[in-house]
Amino acid sequence: MKLKKILPQLLTILFIVLIFGFFTMNAQDNMDTRGIEFGFGFLSKEASFDIQFSLIDYDGSHSYARAYLVGLLNTLLVAFIGIILATLLGIVIGVARLSPNYLIRKTASFYIEFFRNIPLLLQIFFWYYAALRALPTPEAATLLLGSSFMTIKGLFTPAPIWINFDVFFTALVIAMVLIFFFVRYSNKKQEQEGKQLPTFIISLAIFMGLPLLTFLVGVVDLSFSFPVLRQMSLSSYTFDGGMGIPPELIALTLALTLYTATFIAENVRAGIQGIGIGQKEAAASIGLKRGQVLKLVIMPQALRIIIPPTTNQYLNLTKNSSLAAAIAYPDLVLVFAGTAMMQTGKAIEIVGITMATYLTISIAISLLMNWYNQRIAIKEK
Amino acid sequence: MFKYVKQLTSLVAMVAVLFAFTTETMAAKKSKTLKNTEKKGFVRCGVSQGLPGFSNADAAGNWAGVDVDVCRAVAAAVLGDANKVKFTPLSAKERFTALTSGEIDILSRNTTWTLSRDADIGLTFVGVNFYDGQGFMVRKDSGITSTSQFKNGISACTNIGTTTELNMRDFFNSKGISYEPVAFEKADEVVAAYDSGRCDTYTTDKSGLAAQRTKMANPDDHIVLPETISKEPLGPVVRQGDAVWEDIVRWSLNVMIEAEEYGINSENADMMITSENPQIKRLVGSEGELGAALGLDNDWSLRIIKQVGNYGESYKRNIADTGILPDRGPNQIWTKGGLLYVPPAR
Repeated sequence: MKLKKILPQLLTILFIVLIFGFFTMNAQDNMDTRGIEFGFGFLSKEASFDIQFSLIDYDGSHSYARAYLVGLLNTLLVAFIGIILATLLGIVIGVARLSPNYLIRKTASFYIEFFRNIPLLLQIFFWYYAALRALPTPEAATLLLGSSFMTIKGLFTPAPIWINFDVFFTALVIAMVLIFFFVRYSNKKQEQEGKQLPTFIISLAIFMGLPLLTFLVGVVDLSFSFPVLRQMSLSSYTFDGGMGIPPELIALTLALTLYTATFIAENVRAGIQGIGIGQKEAAASIGLKRGQVLKLVIMPQALRIIIPPTTNQYLNLTKNSSLAAAIAYPDLVLVFAGTAMMQTGKAIEIVGITMATYLTISIAISLLMNWYNQRIAIKEK
Repeated sequence: MFKYVKQLTSLVAMVAVLFAFTTETMAAKKSKTLKNTEKKGFVRCGVSQGLPGFSNADAAGNWAGVDVDVCRAVAAAVLGDANKVKFTPLSAKERFTALTSGEIDILSRNTTWTLSRDADIGLTFVGVNFYDGQGFMVRKDSGITSTSQFKNGISACTNIGTTTELNMRDFFNSKGISYEPVAFEKADEVVAAYDSGRCDTYTTDKSGLAAQRTKMANPDDHIVLPETISKEPLGPVVRQGDAVWEDIVRWSLNVMIEAEEYGINSENADMMITSENPQIKRLVGSEGELGAALGLDNDWSLRIIKQVGNYGESYKRNIADTGILPDRGPNQIWTKGGLLYVPPAR
């Protein structure tokens, strides 16, 4: 009887092992006949190609492993910015969808229907090839906000020059820890004594005050280097100093944000609408203010509906960022599964690493969101 | 019930093992590729996604170019008809994988012959059908006439997955100039980016620059700088492990070049059968048994010359007459001062 239960499982495992074994053998065989060697030794070799945009120190004399890291960080950067912006925009649009104001409501619905029904790749192409290409060349660019330039070669903004940034950063971390404990203390006080402390104002004061203090003491200093136009030839110019944000990054972030925000907006709307009207009325009847109703009654319940599908959207955004390759943004796919694969010819190894990387990122996001979801879920007693 | 499952599994295992063995023994046999090609009835050829003069499709889908002609020559030699070719357009990034995975049998896609490509990734280069070098294109109104006028911060558009990316770094490093590489996957995207002003210069093989220039909105607004920063011998590539197929492709190309050297072209080829010169007679198959050594009939080379033409005809038709590079430069027969010197077909 027991055997009958285990046997099918064993056979399944055996089958899977055989299938994988066959594919591995076949690949090994064909690679042998073509004189291709399998191995990851190439990762430590000199990459000898440069990358347009990198968050860490990199040039062609570094290794392929370093080039991989550059691509990975670029992917994470665009995913990170995209997720934050898409969430903010998604919440705004989602709430606007439920606005009593006709114009706001209809504009929000139009936005959602428009952006979610056009393929993402097309939108990326639109922003990169149509919208950003219409920008002026550096010498013709007008000043933005007094110090930045939006040009066809990218956005040039003042770059911060820190003195003792680590001190400032430490102060910031300390401030956050302080706020964390203060909020816990004030919540406890409210539960025990019913007294309400002005938590937000005090938290803000700590957050602003402590880092500011480091400036006043004179340990930390911040100045800016401004972009300065320089002529390179009779007709071409560029900016020196300052910080250059490549148009590829801007176009990709813009497209990913606008596209994903439509789905998040719908999640938000569904979440809010999923809470019975009675909840709102009951909360109002015990004397809570409008803000309190939203913060204490509606949102905690709505989040349970919003979080799981929004996790999917975060995963989608991260995976969709690989479309970067179409517009020359040096993400993991372009740098590693593109240039590095070409230069080394290690197709199986590199595609394997790239797949494993995306899998890891996705699982990490899932775990994080599941943890958050469990935290806010109804705790049955 | 479970007995059947077990039987089924062992059957699958047996088939798997058997299959693994057969692939091995088949690879060990003589020219699997030739046999497959004859069975299919067409040559599977990987080309570019559109590079005028080398491999470019017209509106009706007919491919033309010097790279295309190499595949046509092989088709004429192997199948007797230069039109029996199936062209697969490939990006620079896809090309080697397509060849090693067996999707195509010849890669004739303006591909630079380098040591690491030849030795490392299971490929074999069979020869050179175009001697090229990397150059730079700039806008005429920039006033730049030489790479020595390049300044720090120049942004350079190019293709990913090419030797160009590596040469560019060597070049700018040796000059001590900082630059911004902007690398796209498709040539059309590179051109669009450069044309719109995203980049100050466009760098790739000079033949590619000349060809892409003809595609631009205003070709006269752009110039190709005179400096050549690298050697780029372009040639057809085959998979490693099929020596006979490798020879067939190599000698199909060599026949085209040698035919020009001896003055044999598509029009006079038939008359050359009765020539006095034994080398010419060997080339048109009226003397010796050169085809047999390759597993082909003796008219293979005559068909190449008649259907595709010699190298000079191919160059004139695709590159010179289209205004891409009217001057043959190094791509001239060695007897006329060029670099085209192939081993004798004998």
